[in-house]
Amino acid sequence: MTYSYYPGCTLKTKAKDLDRYARLSAEALGVTLEEIEDWQCCGAVYPMALDEIATKLSAVRALDSAKRSGRDLLTLCSACHHVIKRVNNDMLTNDDIRLKANNYLKLDSVYAGETKVVHYLEMLRDTVGFDKIRAAVKNPLKGRRIAAYYGCLLLRPAGVMQFDNPENPTILEDFIKAIGAEPVITPYRNECCGGYTVLEDKKIAERRSGMVIGSAAAKGADTVITACPLCLYNLEANAHGEGAPVVKYFTELLAEALGVK
Amino acid sequence: MTVNEKELAERVIEISGVNTRKCMKCGKCSGTCPSYDEMEYHPHQFVSMVEKGQIKKLMESKSLWTCLSCFACIERCPRSVEPAKLIEAVRLCVIRQQGANHMKACSVPDSIDENMPQQAIVSAFRKYSK
Ligand code: SF4
Ligand code: SF4
Repeated sequence: MTYSYYPGCTLKTKAKDLDRYARLSAEALGVTLEEIEDWQCCGAVYPMALDEIATKLSAVRALDSAKRSGRDLLTLCSACHHVIKRVNNDMLTNDDIRLKANNYLKLDSVYAGETKVVHYLEMLRDTVGFDKIRAAVKNPLKGRRIAAYYGCLLLRPAGVMQFDNPENPTILEDFIKAIGAEPVITPYRNECCGGYTVLEDKKIAERRSGMVIGSAAAKGADTVITACPLCLYNLEANAHGEGAPVVKYFTELLAEALGVK
Repeated sequence: MTVNEKELAERVIEISGVNTRKCMKCGKCSGTCPSYDEMEYHPHQFVSMVEKGQIKKLMESKSLWTCLSCFACIERCPRSVEPAKLIEAVRLCVIRQQGANHMKACSVPDSIDENMPQQAIVSAFRKYSK
């Protein structure tokens, strides 16, 4: 299976590990990721206002590029996935946004939400399958106690994201089991890490992420995994003290289990 | 409500797409808001204050900058009112004014460190500046 792949700017800079281990693991699982040409930054936050058109265009360009290749568009960073998936929904369902975006872009043919947007984890679950991953694992992460941290962007709003149950998701726990480790359920796994407010007031992120890390530590997790560079940053910055878990991208553990790290 | 404020309220309703009259005032949005303690006006108050046209108070509120856009209030509102869309619209009413950016580029070097991902800076610029 070949996907058009949208890495996003953070995966080319501070989150190179998220990208690198994803590519190595995909290859080991027989999945080809073809990076789309000339992609632009998605803007990192979905523009909620109905009259925000220009800030949605880079997502539309990426979506149209995948459409022209006749492929699904695969994303990895939670923020890119969130923005691109929601803009795609606008292009499909909102006549005004679709008209204005197409008027701006003047593409060869009108883009109307045709592309399917797939997160890397959805690819693992729905295309490869966790059973096949379990069979491909060379170094099961036996004895590791791993807490999944979903954050906000993959799950909400569930009506558009259609990723998993927004209040009781299982995809990351199923992933943790497939790589041979033990999932640890924590109460704040789908609550916010503090996000961009870290630039407004570090204390907000400290409090939010401190709760996430504290509850993972209290439950005896040795590792917390995420798909989001900003979650990783906020969580890591607040994972200190005795018994604090390490924070890793899920792709790094996948590569480790598959023996390609 | 002054004439100007009436226009602002109409603008907020228009660009957010929110129908404040769907709200049944259950308070669930504020009950679930992780930034509740950081806000002077809470998500349910945005709904009622926009309905009453009290936009200027909201425009001066620090709640605009402490909402995390975590979409918890959007997901959990039993009436699909989507309060965070109002917060976004009021925030835009502020930063779309000339010279009213909340975050200025020159302040960024002091708020970042070498581990901070680009995603954080891009998001903050999108939320705090135009
Ligand atoms: S959760 Fe929804 S219905 Fe309840 S107070 Fe908030 S906006 Fe109104
Ligand atoms: S989106 Fe903002 S207002 Fe809504 S729950 Fe999250 S922090 Fe609170």
